[in-house]
Amino acid sequence: MLLPSRPSRVAAWVLFFVLFVPVFGLPIVVVGAASVAGQWNDVLPSHLTLRHLHDAFVSNAGIELLTSLATGIIASVVALVIGTWAALAVRALRRRGAKVIGTLFVLPIAVPSVSVGLGLLVAFSRPPFLLNGTSVIVVIAHVVLVTAFAFSSVSAGLARLPAHFEQVAASLGGRPAYVLFRVTLPLLTPSLVAAAGLCFALSMGELGATIMVYPPGWVTLPVGIFALTDRGAVFDGAALTVLLLVLTLVVLVAVSRIRTRASYR
Amino acid sequence: MTAATALLAADAPAARRTGIPAWIWVVVPLAVLAVIFYYPLFFILRQSFTGEGGHPSLAPYAEMLSSPLFRGALLRTIQIASLSTLGCLALGFVLALIVSFVPFPGARVVSGFIGTFLAFPSFLIALAFTFLYGSAGVFNFVAMDISGATQPPIDFVYTKWGVILAEITFYTPFVMRPLLAAFSQLDTALIEVASSLGARPLRIIREVIVPEAVPALLAGGSLCLLLTLNEFGIVLFIGAKGVITLPMVIYGKAIQEFDYTAGCVVAVVNITLSVGLYALYRFLVSRSGGGRASAVQA
Repeated sequence: MLLPSRPSRVAAWVLFFVLFVPVFGLPIVVVGAASVAGQWNDVLPSHLTLRHLHDAFVSNAGIELLTSLATGIIASVVALVIGTWAALAVRALRRRGAKVIGTLFVLPIAVPSVSVGLGLLVAFSRPPFLLNGTSVIVVIAHVVLVTAFAFSSVSAGLARLPAHFEQVAASLGGRPAYVLFRVTLPLLTPSLVAAAGLCFALSMGELGATIMVYPPGWVTLPVGIFALTDRGAVFDGAALTVLLLVLTLVVLVAVSRIRTRASYR
Repeated sequence: MTAATALLAADAPAARRTGIPAWIWVVVPLAVLAVIFYYPLFFILRQSFTGEGGHPSLAPYAEMLSSPLFRGALLRTIQIASLSTLGCLALGFVLALIVSFVPFPGARVVSGFIGTFLAFPSFLIALAFTFLYGSAGVFNFVAMDISGATQPPIDFVYTKWGVILAEITFYTPFVMRPLLAAFSQLDTALIEVASSLGARPLRIIREVIVPEAVPALLAGGSLCLLLTLNEFGIVLFIGAKGVITLPMVIYGKAIQEFDYTAGCVVAVVNITLSVGLYALYRFLVSRSGGGRASAVQA
């Protein structure tokens, strides 16, 4: 035991909470409090109200929420398909090839999101791809940013997969497609679900690339939150942020439940 | 990947039974990625070398690299990223040390919370900072109440220090993840033995724990440096006039001034820095044996 005496352990715990609670807890609590604050001219907010949360649903923000949801779901599904396909294909390559191609798929992680957005803006404003000003360019930006995570998450899952299941299925005469859909993918379910949750959460909070490419008709929640706080409506911004966090949390909790259930099968 | 699984993977069932070469299957996802990622990347490079009138030229670089705006932003970006990373490493090390070696009943909840925190958007922290330390924030209210001052005395949020503190808050979990994983691998018998031989806690940390943590610290630190170098949400939301970083210059040039060429020049510099750091990170991770997925995944 690192700290044998009880007083020193207690001192370590006190240090932990003195650091942990203000640094990580306070920001979340304060944004939560601001989302229901009518006024905040004191240590604690006053005139508690649900007006900001209510406004969030009836104003533009309702549409922004749906926009973010649609973008997040489409981008996650597309990223998951591309990422899983790529991970399976790369696994079948020889070692050198797998390393090179695998690097090509994870490289988007290393490129700043604002630059990803700028690239799409420059490249897709001219033929043959005229997508500037459409919602498609926003979805593409999100796909670029999350596919790398889907790829590496599924690749990690594949590396942990017991190889003999697939070999037994194949040696018993299972055709490749049958082995893929009845053995490999079901065994991979926990990784796939985890990757989907991660992609969705990242897409819901994405700001850097979206703010570069979004058209007026496709404003996502983070962009809307920035527009609100930029013109001083900080409490409305806080209410929308809370909404965004709750939605992300619900999806992450649902994902971890499905994941646990899938791993027991 | 062990040698055995590598052999099995190279001999995957799909390739053997259909007679189709394995690389065919990689073409489709690679083509999609080429169109949506590598094609735009090429256009950033091409646009950055396009002078007035559309001819190839080095003028955009000469102009941008000599401008005080760019030089200031480059220095400030590196300064903010390095100080934030050092802060994350220090805070993350202390917190991970306590969670791992002085366990308490709620330690698992803390680990879960850390995992969730990674999935939140970074601007959450910037927004919280304005409520806490902003000119109309809680701490300024208290300070004005106590001192009787008429002007808000706390204004660090609107300096680079506000951005650095916000980034430390947001990115510390990215350092804690690999550290917690490394600490869980450490044989606690080593600590017991050192302790029973009379080593004091600080000596155990220095001679037993730190050597084990070095690969995780390097990997977590370089990931943190990469992410803070490219951080946009926190800087944008804090919106301090004097705190301009490279991603902010790209945004300002391309979106507010419609000068794509200038934006692309800065983007090329930013991407080069970032990819270089990423290569370093991959090298460190491959040496320490951890996976990136384990550090980033929620």
